Amino acid sequence: MTIDTTMPPAAPIEPLPLVRAHGVRKSFGENEVLKGIDLEVRSGEVVCLIGASGSGKSTFLRCVNHLEKIDGGLVWVGERAVGYRIKGDKLHEQSHNEICADRTDIGMVFQHFNLFPHMTVLENLMEAPLRVLKQRKAEVRRRALDLLEKVGLSAKADAYPRHLSGGQQQRVAIARALCMQPKLMLFDEPTSALDPELVGEVLRVMKDLARTGMTMIVVTHEMGFARDVADRVVFMHGGRIIEEGPAEEVIGNPQHERTRAFLSAVL
Amino acid sequence: MSSVVSVPETGTTSREQFTVVPARHPWRWVAGIAVAAVVIMLLISAVSNPRFGWDKVSLYFRDVAIVDGIGITLFLTVVCMAAGVMLGVVLAVMQLSANPVVKASASAYVTIFRGTPVLVQLLFWFNLSALYPEITFGIPGVNLDANQIITPLAAAILGLGLNEAAYMSEIVRAGIQSIDQGQAEAAGALGMSRIQTLTRVILPQAMRVIIPPTGNEFIGMLKMTSLVSVLAVPELLYSAQIIYSKNLQVIPLLLVASIWYIIVTTVFTVGQGYLERHFARGTSRSTPPTLAERVRKFFAVHSAQGLGKGK
Repeated sequence: MTIDTTMPPAAPIEPLPLVRAHGVRKSFGENEVLKGIDLEVRSGEVVCLIGASGSGKSTFLRCVNHLEKIDGGLVWVGERAVGYRIKGDKLHEQSHNEICADRTDIGMVFQHFNLFPHMTVLENLMEAPLRVLKQRKAEVRRRALDLLEKVGLSAKADAYPRHLSGGQQQRVAIARALCMQPKLMLFDEPTSALDPELVGEVLRVMKDLARTGMTMIVVTHEMGFARDVADRVVFMHGGRIIEEGPAEEVIGNPQHERTRAFLSAVL
Repeated sequence: MSSVVSVPETGTTSREQFTVVPARHPWRWVAGIAVAAVVIMLLISAVSNPRFGWDKVSLYFRDVAIVDGIGITLFLTVVCMAAGVMLGVVLAVMQLSANPVVKASASAYVTIFRGTPVLVQLLFWFNLSALYPEITFGIPGVNLDANQIITPLAAAILGLGLNEAAYMSEIVRAGIQSIDQGQAEAAGALGMSRIQTLTRVILPQAMRVIIPPTGNEFIGMLKMTSLVSVLAVPELLYSAQIIYSKNLQVIPLLLVASIWYIIVTTVFTVGQGYLERHFARGTSRSTPPTLAERVRKFFAVHSAQGLGKGK
């Protein structure tokens, strides 16, 4: 028996990607909006989902934290299958409250901010850590004020959302999601509802966040942001992933005809 | 769109060189005088007609029986409203439930209680002992005499409270449905449970929509309590009736009751304004002024020094 000494040393065992979506399908009535999505996102990676409206990118993002129930395939976040408990060879659908418990380490930022208008900025940040994670008030407060400083809104801690500009509201929404200390952040077109001059301040906060090593999945139309910040860009069309790869390749040198058509329309 | 503006020879078009002539409103004066004349005639007749019996009104205005009656009226209003709101919230949540049995039961409740006159409901509760002489709740060992439990006051609370719940559930449901779906999604994405989302996020915002009609319901309830006079519950109206059945001063005592109803509803209306203001927090840049602020502003504007400021 000879030992092949030319064999390369065993590659270091790659940790499992944080997000693993396999064959994700989703229909609204007759309309199948996701036709089998396979996507993996490693810890610390920033992935931008791009594509025309109706391509399914927002729906897919909402499947990752089970705001939409998937009809086929599975999404794994860490050790857990989103929306299901695995027992032997059976997938048990989780109850609403079990799903909620699993969501606590996935932060989500919405297109329309969805801040709680009857609470001050600080109360918006502290609500879930206090009520859901049952953390100590002093500790949560310190963290919330710290996050507000990071997004440049320390002065607005006691303001109500209504009194803030759209850009400020979205920065608060990002801080609110981060206050739960999530492992993964989902952004659903975070700048689409903003006036053009307010987009920059939100993207800057997201850029800073990417630099801290946060795992991020971002549905966006901001190609500049995708090119500068994303490790990987995924182009979706008609409920499928058409092309994916490093940002400069997908945006700079798209291989697929549809990607080229989309990019020439938006750039 | 553009038009030629002739510029005076002097070259300036500033406002200062003109005299502003205010618009005249002659018909406002005519209408004002006509309405004032009718009001004055009514007042004169009210004062000059001795059958109004104003001396009797002032005599009985603070009668012990009347004051006790107000106490019972207020007690019934608060208790029935509280019962109505609590049960109404439960019914509203049931109506929005995904469970068809729960949903249909709540709808049936609303249909029955809104579809029958509250006076009929009151009489039903009053005569409950004819239907169920013994109340057991189906629990062994429980055996209550309906005649002893369903006193007139208990029948009044049951009748008014359960009826109110049906109306309140519709108000609460409308309030909950007025809140943007994104709020529940944001709360859910933060890991908040259904109950937490409802009590911490949805209901506090729905209050803004719920409070104004609830205030109206409250004032409506205050007046509706007069219906329980048919069950001989000595609330304000029945207290007045007891007195006039003895001394036959029907009109003065009905006036006493009416004046008290107006006083109490006015106080509640002012309170409602403060409550609405409280729940409007965070929703608009400026909240409407409270009564106290309006009074202060009125005197500031209409004081001797303030009069010139409007110009």
